Amino acid sequence: MDSATSVARLVPDELEAPPLSLRELVWRRFRRHKMAIFGLVMLVALLAYAFVPSFFISEDYANHTDTSLRLHAPSADHPFGTDTVGRDILARTIYGGQISIIIGLTAAILEVLAGVLIGAMAGYYGGLLDSLLMRFTEAMLNIPQIFLLIVMAKFFASGIPNIEFLGREYSGSVVVIVLIIGLTSWPYLARIVRAEFLSLKEREFVLAARATGTPTRQIIFGHILPNCIAPIVVTATLGVANAITLEAYISFLGMGVRAPTATWGNMLENANNYIESAAWLWFFPGLLIVLTVLSINFLGDGLRDALDPRSRTL
Amino acid sequence: MNTLLEVSDLRTQFHTPEGNVFAVNGISFNINEGETLAVVGESGCGKSVTMMSILGLIPIPPGEIVSGAAVYRGRDLLKMSEHELQRVRGKEIAMVFQDPMTSLNPVLTVQRQITESLRTHMGMDAPIASRRALELLDLVGIPDAARRLNEYPHQFSGGMRQRVMIAMALACQPSLLIADEPTTALDVTIQAQIIELAMRMRDQLGMAMIWITHDLGVVAGLAERVIVMYAGFIVEEAGVDDLYDDPRHPYTLALLGALPRADRRRHQRLKSIPGAPPSLLVQPRGCPFAPRCELAADKCWAESPSLRPVGAGHRLACWFDVKEMAS
Amino acid sequence: MQAIPLIFILSIVLFVLMQNIGDPLATLGGRTVTRAEDRKRLARQLGLDQPVLVQYVYWLAGNDWTKIDMNGDGIPETPGTRKGVLRGDFGTSLTERRPALDVIGDRLPNTLLLMLMAEFVIVAGSLLLGIYSALRQYSFFDNLVTGISFVGYSLPIFFVALVSVYIFSVNFQRWGLPHLPPNGMFDPNVGETVGQVLVHLILPVFSIAFISFAAYSRYIRSTMLEVLSQDYIRTARSKGLTRRNILFVHALKNASLPIVTIVGLDLPLLLGGAVVTERIFAWPGMGRLFLDGVSRGDTPVVMGILMIIAVAVVFFQIVTDLVYAWLDPRIRYG
Repeated sequence: MDSATSVARLVPDELEAPPLSLRELVWRRFRRHKMAIFGLVMLVALLAYAFVPSFFISEDYANHTDTSLRLHAPSADHPFGTDTVGRDILARTIYGGQISIIIGLTAAILEVLAGVLIGAMAGYYGGLLDSLLMRFTEAMLNIPQIFLLIVMAKFFASGIPNIEFLGREYSGSVVVIVLIIGLTSWPYLARIVRAEFLSLKEREFVLAARATGTPTRQIIFGHILPNCIAPIVVTATLGVANAITLEAYISFLGMGVRAPTATWGNMLENANNYIESAAWLWFFPGLLIVLTVLSINFLGDGLRDALDPRSRTL
Repeated sequence: MNTLLEVSDLRTQFHTPEGNVFAVNGISFNINEGETLAVVGESGCGKSVTMMSILGLIPIPPGEIVSGAAVYRGRDLLKMSEHELQRVRGKEIAMVFQDPMTSLNPVLTVQRQITESLRTHMGMDAPIASRRALELLDLVGIPDAARRLNEYPHQFSGGMRQRVMIAMALACQPSLLIADEPTTALDVTIQAQIIELAMRMRDQLGMAMIWITHDLGVVAGLAERVIVMYAGFIVEEAGVDDLYDDPRHPYTLALLGALPRADRRRHQRLKSIPGAPPSLLVQPRGCPFAPRCELAADKCWAESPSLRPVGAGHRLACWFDVKEMAS
Repeated sequence: MQAIPLIFILSIVLFVLMQNIGDPLATLGGRTVTRAEDRKRLARQLGLDQPVLVQYVYWLAGNDWTKIDMNGDGIPETPGTRKGVLRGDFGTSLTERRPALDVIGDRLPNTLLLMLMAEFVIVAGSLLLGIYSALRQYSFFDNLVTGISFVGYSLPIFFVALVSVYIFSVNFQRWGLPHLPPNGMFDPNVGETVGQVLVHLILPVFSIAFISFAAYSRYIRSTMLEVLSQDYIRTARSKGLTRRNILFVHALKNASLPIVTIVGLDLPLLLGGAVVTERIFAWPGMGRLFLDGVSRGDTPVVMGILMIIAVAVVFFQIVTDLVYAWLDPRIRYG
């Protein structure tokens, strides 16, 4: 039998499980979420659908009316059929998709900017500023967003003229829609950001930063904000889906983006009258909206799990 | 003395996304009627999982009791249906858990939580059960019990809550009480009170007790026999005096050496055990303590020693025998 | 509670917005008003010639405490007749020339009917589904429900509505199956009977409820799972209590807390959904009234609806808080 002179062989902890950087950890968790990957892939496919074909199909074609061709069912010439004035629906969903997606993105950006700013101010400074901002936020949250949107849409109706951008003409109503969606969506994010700030500002690293004389702006944007990136990213992602949906609602009700610009939403505007006779009028844009929103939701779900596995709600 | 519970070769694993966790790797022990057995070991050594496996309380999708038997009064608990187990739990074998704050239901009154067992197992109707609950609260030393009955757990202090847990466990006068680190979450002074209460109850009711702890200091006045566990194995088992006077396993020795003692010279550094417990994700091969053992030899790495008797009521799982080596 | 003062601030903003919308002076009693003097007279009668702030004050607090100029000579001489919103007078609808409250009151019950039915379906259905899914975690049923729920709550309402109309109304009819009516509250030939209304309710309620139902099932499922993994459930099992006891007493009582919160605060979303649904199904409710009112610039009606909604939402929040406090002993006997 061996004598007791063998030295204990210690296995270093690090060999068993090397520590991962934050980014690697997040990516690892994200990758495990098959639905999120699926959502990402589908989203890329949809983006390709909306933007790539514009190299082959001109916008004029999408807007070309020919009443002799009105309300044709899907066929080889027009895979998605034609609408009430003879325009090709496939082409319109492509160009419409561009606008819908752009609206979604820009409205979400606006929402994030406003929501983060207001939430951070309220959460960090507290006191009277917080009270005022939060009362206003709560009041806005008390009224269903659609009602606000309807009123604001009518108000700004002819306010903004058509815009020329990159050689194409856009209806001024696009800007209006982006503005009002952004302006009515920020309260939700502001509340979340404020809650994060309220809890984070009591933490020691903030105390340390203040003790070393760090200017307030740096504390807010350089120290606290990076720590609450997770809920902001998730909410922003879902905000894009929300914005696309809202644009569709508003356009469906007749108050959204106007001609000549097409969006998935305003293609649904007359769907009511043609439910039975021309289902292709609303089915294709509707389906595209559903697919886009779905893939963004999958993505957002995966992001939420990856960035903060503790927050399991929906 | 009759054998109350006989556990043989219990093996429990958890199937997780990171791999298979080998939580309990062949545990065998007995407990007799009226006896107090202490189970000692570090966090994660499988003490709780063993007890929960016996009562069928581990969640079965990730968990799996791979093999073994737990014979209680002639019937194997591991082979019982959920329905049959429900009649054993709370009535014959009761458990007290570590954290009384989270272990009590926050939205039900204390009275409700105590009378539940009485009504389920003893068929008592409400007024009788309530009276019995009152008696129990008195028994465990809750002052002003009549008023406290209708209060909610958050209205009690930590020590009081643990007393309530004990009252709940004792309601149907079980033959065996399993206490899983009941004092770990409490102040030291309260700890002593709870231990004293448990002992009093045990004597009054003549019940057997399994007391799980990672604190060797607690064991001394409380238990008759001690089991030392490590990484899902039993490494040593002995009568309590025997263990303290005559420890044979390097781990036990190290544990005792790590105990802060009043009679030691001051300014002497506390001996801690170098290294860390092994990852339970790895299939155990060889003695689990080998990486941290000063005596470890090739044989220890190759083959896991099984428990062998080394004295009266004293079993040891080690290729060496510290006692023999000293002589 | 503190939201009420700020709702009024919002109301100012909205009131101002409403001023630029539509042209309520354009028609009167169905006839277009063309002569300038007629327009001026109408404007005076309706109080639209006053500055915006004055109009707001009259709207809020009435004008029976002051005199207004009715005959155009620039001198206020006639006492006003309005009591203002604060005293329950929502003014006169500019398009229908009836008290705004009456106009709203005609439509309000219909919307309420729709929403209450929807809420009931949502809560009952998702409780059942959510609890069942939690108990059968990882089973095929559970995964199926989770998948469908996920897709379900991503769908926009109009898509659900359009598709359900297409399937259950149009195509069922084509296939000779009993079909569901897609329009209105009742068949004018049959009259407004309970049976008619119920049948006409099916599709709209389904459209509103489907999405929330999908969302709630998931939420209830995850809440139940979380509750079931708590220590006190382990204690309950160790006491040998039956599965049913553990589920319905120990688990559900704890799970109901977050559920109550969500249900109570869901009201704004349901209301929003009602607007679109009422349009699609031609349901004579408040949502449609709102749309029409905005298009035509009927400020009193629009503001009336907004105020009612805002107050209702706040009221429900208070009720939810109270119910929550009542259910959770940690708050009651904190």
